[in-house]
Amino acid sequence: MHMADALAAPAVAGTMYVCSAAAAAYSIKKVREEDDAKKVPVMGIMGAFVFAAQMINFTIPGTGSSGHLCGGMLLSALLGPYAGFLTMIGVLLIQCLLFADGGLLALGCNIWNMAFYGCFIGALLIWKPLMRKGITKGKIVLASVLGCVITLQFGAFSVTLETLASGITELPFKTFVMTMQPIHLAIGFVEGLITAAVLVFVYESRPELLYGSGENEKKQGLFSLKKTLVILAVVSVFIGGILSLFASSHPDGLEWSIEKITGSAELDNNDEIHEAAASVQEVTALLPDYAFKNSESAAGTAFSGIIGGVVVVIVCVAACYVFKFFRKKNGCGENI
Amino acid sequence: MSKIGSAIYEIHHIDAIAARDQWVNKVHPLVKLVLTVFYITVVVSFQKYDVAGLLGMAVYPLALFLLSEVSFGDSLKRLKLVLPLVCFVGILNPFLDRNYVEIDGVVFNAGILSMITLIMKGVFSVFASYLLIATTSIEKLCYAFRLLHVPKILVTQILLTYRYITVLLAEVNRVTQAYALRAPNQKGIHFKVWGSLTGQILLRSMDRANVVYESMNLRGYHGEFQYVGEKIRLSWKDVCYMVIWGGIFILFRNIPVIPVIGNAVGGLFL
Repeated sequence: MHMADALAAPAVAGTMYVCSAAAAAYSIKKVREEDDAKKVPVMGIMGAFVFAAQMINFTIPGTGSSGHLCGGMLLSALLGPYAGFLTMIGVLLIQCLLFADGGLLALGCNIWNMAFYGCFIGALLIWKPLMRKGITKGKIVLASVLGCVITLQFGAFSVTLETLASGITELPFKTFVMTMQPIHLAIGFVEGLITAAVLVFVYESRPELLYGSGENEKKQGLFSLKKTLVILAVVSVFIGGILSLFASSHPDGLEWSIEKITGSAELDNNDEIHEAAASVQEVTALLPDYAFKNSESAAGTAFSGIIGGVVVVIVCVAACYVFKFFRKKNGCGENI
Repeated sequence: MSKIGSAIYEIHHIDAIAARDQWVNKVHPLVKLVLTVFYITVVVSFQKYDVAGLLGMAVYPLALFLLSEVSFGDSLKRLKLVLPLVCFVGILNPFLDRNYVEIDGVVFNAGILSMITLIMKGVFSVFASYLLIATTSIEKLCYAFRLLHVPKILVTQILLTYRYITVLLAEVNRVTQAYALRAPNQKGIHFKVWGSLTGQILLRSMDRANVVYESMNLRGYHGEFQYVGEKIRLSWKDVCYMVIWGGIFILFRNIPVIPVIGNAVGGLFL
């Protein structure tokens, strides 16, 4: 799945370099926070191990072909997502320079397609949640196979998108995807099994080496409720207050369709029910047509955006609390 | 030679040619790194039907093969990993892109031209990367990375990975060789020992990492790694080298030098 330089246009390659660099910067920050002096030598040698172990051919029973180890998932399970990601960068760079396996310009794409998905999605969204309540052999097999299959599918799909965005192939999107995805599904499954076999062996021999094995610290979600609310509020204010200034004054899709059919963007309803509803709306609508009453100013649009965002957040939070209240009442709140 | 054996040979071979006393090898590593990335960027930025323009870019690998005396045959071997995917992506272009492109009055199938440029881009970029690593040791490249402010933690890790690749490859080679001798007529590792065979190597590698860390501490390692023996200074020759090649790349990108020269030389005889 290593992309060659010829498959990536400079703009695509540059964009992927920026994305990968951002992920690398975040990983470096996290590894530094761990403040473990031993980490860097271990990362270096584990990188060399993955490089060497990927050269071993594992016979796939009944097929006559062979498979290889999945580096990203294995490193994440041993070193954690951040150190694993940095180690994979080293492996990919050396593969590119020494064996021309992947291009120097396309390195950003390859880091994203193989290391980012393998380490971040594989470790944070698959391995970590599965191992939250303790590590078992079954969970290791499940996490490895799921992780390899899903991350390889993401990787293969990204290769397709990056190649098509570069405009170097005439292959239609559908054909390209239909070629890339199924083959990587099979590869992912086999790589998952091999990775699982190795991790199960490690679990039986030295379980303390596995990521998440000594988790005694208080389990917390990715974001606390407070953090989530703050982020939601900031995003709402940004979208409502700033982006709404650029909202189009042209009719939306439904209004456009109605205008085409009837000649007017709004339907005339002269019956009593509609008139009554309209009069109620006129009284309750604080900001009709997303602006202050009798005003065309942009401030009105921005204000209505902010107010709308805040109201949505309040309604959303209230709905969640109501939902939680009823779940607890039914006695299943703790097991969510 | 086994796959692992040839990989070990390849690494030692590249180390040896990068350490030679050639003129190109002495150019500042940062200059070579920046030039290589710039060259590949220029190569892949050519339009998909611009075969003539792209042909001019062959001048850089050609000149470096001659100057550095790096084996052209060795670099051809490295294409075996790149060409399959490139060919897969480009092979259907002649069938799917049935337009025609007229160049100097001659009509070409657009799909064939785009396939040729795709393969040329793949070949040129592989040659450029190979010439970089064949004339610059990994330590010097890491030194260049540090000059570009790539974080220390990443550079040290790359250097350590590279240093231990040969050690672990040799270990994997011994283990797989021992396995093959005990399991004749068997292709690859049987699924019953997938975990234990690789797991043993992994555990040994982890133990080795601890020993390496302790040894590094005893030698005074405190997070800073010595990349090269001494600081490499940027000389005026390096600057000239970069300016000249950079100028050539920009010139060849904007002017179709090969057709222009061809027309000029042809005009003398016709």
